[in-house]
Amino acid sequence: MALLTLDDLAQALVEAGAHGIATRDAFTVEGRLPAAALPALADRLAPLGAVCQFLAAADTRDRSGDFTLACAFAPPALRPRALALVSVDAAAARFPSLATRSFAASRFEREIRDLFGLTPRGHPDPRRLALHQFWPEGYHPLRRDVALRGEFADAGQPFPFRRVEGEGIFEITVGPVHAGIIEPGHFRFSVEGETIVNLETRLGFVHKGTEKLFETLPFERTPELAERVSGDTSAGHALAYCQALETLAGCEVPPRARWLRVVLLELERLYNHVADVGMIVNDTGFAFGHAHCFRIREELCRLNARVAGHRLLRGAVVPGGVAGPIAGAALGELASAVEALTAEFEEIARLSLDNTMVLERLQGTGRLTEQTARELQVVGLVGRASGIDADCRRDAPFAAYGELDVRVAVYATGDVWARTMVRLDEAREAARLIRAAAGRTPEGPTRVALPPLPAGSQAFGVVEAWRGPVWHWVVADGPATLRRVKIVDPSFRNWPALEYAVLKNIVPDFPLCNKSFNLSYSGNDL
Amino acid sequence: MITDVVLALAQALVGAAGAPLLAGVLRTLKARLMGRRGPSPWQPYADLRKLLRKEAVVSTTTSWVFRVTPYVLVATMLVAIVVVPVVASRTALPFAGIILLMYLFLLGTFFLALAGLDSGSAFGGMGSSREVAVAALAEPTVILAVFALALRADTTTLGGIVERFAREPLLAANPGHLLAFAAFFIVMLAETGRLPVDNPATHLELTMIHEAMVLEYSGRYLALVEWAAAMKLFVFLTLLANLFFPWGVPDIVEPVPVLLGLLALAGKLAVLTVALAGLETIIAKLRLFRVPELLAGSFALALLSVTAVFLVP
Repeated sequence: MALLTLDDLAQALVEAGAHGIATRDAFTVEGRLPAAALPALADRLAPLGAVCQFLAAADTRDRSGDFTLACAFAPPALRPRALALVSVDAAAARFPSLATRSFAASRFEREIRDLFGLTPRGHPDPRRLALHQFWPEGYHPLRRDVALRGEFADAGQPFPFRRVEGEGIFEITVGPVHAGIIEPGHFRFSVEGETIVNLETRLGFVHKGTEKLFETLPFERTPELAERVSGDTSAGHALAYCQALETLAGCEVPPRARWLRVVLLELERLYNHVADVGMIVNDTGFAFGHAHCFRIREELCRLNARVAGHRLLRGAVVPGGVAGPIAGAALGELASAVEALTAEFEEIARLSLDNTMVLERLQGTGRLTEQTARELQVVGLVGRASGIDADCRRDAPFAAYGELDVRVAVYATGDVWARTMVRLDEAREAARLIRAAAGRTPEGPTRVALPPLPAGSQAFGVVEAWRGPVWHWVVADGPATLRRVKIVDPSFRNWPALEYAVLKNIVPDFPLCNKSFNLSYSGNDL
Repeated sequence: MITDVVLALAQALVGAAGAPLLAGVLRTLKARLMGRRGPSPWQPYADLRKLLRKEAVVSTTTSWVFRVTPYVLVATMLVAIVVVPVVASRTALPFAGIILLMYLFLLGTFFLALAGLDSGSAFGGMGSSREVAVAALAEPTVILAVFALALRADTTTLGGIVERFAREPLLAANPGHLLAFAAFFIVMLAETGRLPVDNPATHLELTMIHEAMVLEYSGRYLALVEWAAAMKLFVFLTLLANLFFPWGVPDIVEPVPVLLGLLALAGKLAVLTVALAGLETIIAKLRLFRVPELLAGSFALALLSVTAVFLVP
């Protein structure tokens, strides 16, 4: 297949009846489209390999009298992207559904239906996704004219889980309260003996109104909020948010800051991958690997605190550049410390994975085939473990990744072992990238002032964080006010894949499968 | 008669008071082996004290079975300690053999499995079904392995076996002895909920066996359950120590030999605990469906050890 170009996407937009076509940046072409033309556009783009990767709504009724949908189409590599800005009539509050064309779209549409009260026509799944049963009918919190409610009465409506019936089928309900310190999520297993025949996850227990809060929080505090979308992805979310703001304001980030952002993102990837490998081997009962991985993770967090001023790298990525101790960090020293810790980690990982009993538990467990992964449009490291060769750092580079040669780890087997190996390879690669950045980061300023935002304009920031691509879509309302911020954590895209990966596995292997995905609840339940 | 009463009391005291220390030492050793400082070996006593003072929350859906089970567990384990030759080869119940011991274990398992079901939670039932499956596979091996010794000692009483082997150490110089030891060791791992069958340290409800059944217990009930679990570990390790290596177990009940016997037991238990901690550090947990294979293997070892008695005179 010939490489898809921006011109191909522009052509498809024109043919679907779009107007106001403009090239936003090197990767993105955008155009305005009537709602009715959306399925036609999807059908034109599908043969080119571009599918719905992002779909969000904004309440723009007070400006243009209608709602705006932003729908991004792209191949898994997220380059090139076509962004369709779709007008949805405020009175009808309906738009044609893409659910039968794209699994990702089906989930975005359910979220939009819950939060905005816009109906995706022809959507096969009428159930709620983001809002829980006790939220009253007709209450759509992301509409701008909504009266926010503090308290709800439980309407006593149970969630309509899919029921499996038959002889010897039992249901096991797990969560939302767990025995360990885990975020809340409900898992409904249907089992035949110990074998899982169906799993449904019900999330949303930590819905915090994050996206709404962006609209009301003082603008200078919003980067802090972005860092807290998912505690383990502070740098990733902050960077995606800042990139969106910088694109909006037309702000050029100084070269030194672009390189330091690479360092921050790789530090985050490293400490998370180390912790994950520890958790995975711990779930096989191999506590030795866990104890040492967490010792190394602790050393990495202390290193983070020394170079960036915060163990979880908060406050380092800011609009217009980077801030705090990282600006003047001794990168050579940092790279050496990282290399030493990574070498230790590799030794522990080798000791763990050379253990045949550990290996036996990992291999073949929780297999997500490439076909299922592609159908469910799985992203990030879970996708790479199932043979989807996509990584924004290489394919649609941001920060200073364009000047680096990022080696992407891809495995074909899609089991817990493959997801562990992707983490190992990426941890090694993170250390290499930090060393490379240490040698090439120029001296100079690390931050410029963010110009005022052009009112009514919108922009994306897409960052390959450690779990996968993080999207932030920002619509400005005034020079320093926001109308809408839509966040997509890779967890939102990958949660459904877990339900398929565990099929035909046994119940006691579920925690291992779950840990190998390690998806964020907080990043999903915005 | 008075000697028997004193002996029984002494055994129960050693077992009941020492069992938490054994569990604590095992935990501390495991922590040290993986490079952690770990809790003090005395930690289980502090835990028991804490639990005994806490309020016991009991689900309203449970029946008397749930409340009686902790006492049944402790009672059966105390009797088991009295039956097993701990400080002397002679026990307070000289007629007691492996069959009685087996039934004591089964009685506890039976009640615990019922209690797991009684609370009505998904995890309790899961734990019960797994526990019963493991018990059904493990218990024949316990009996068979001890029979291999009983056949050579010409008695099924535990005290008799210890006495005979202590008197004639050459009897143990038989491949059957080693095979029986291996079989019994594996089955000990399953019965006491150790790796690779069960993971006593896990917080993951879905992978638990023993812990899943006791998830609903709290306060003094949990203290009793934990105490009984520690005693079960003590009984199994003592059986391994005194049945298979009966040297140093006195056959007369007098203060000095009994104290020496206690020292010998402490030494043997220390060796076994270090071995167990080392083993648990280098292995991972088996996939649940592989556990029957392991237990079938241990049964085969036990069967071979009985066969060896007849083949190797």
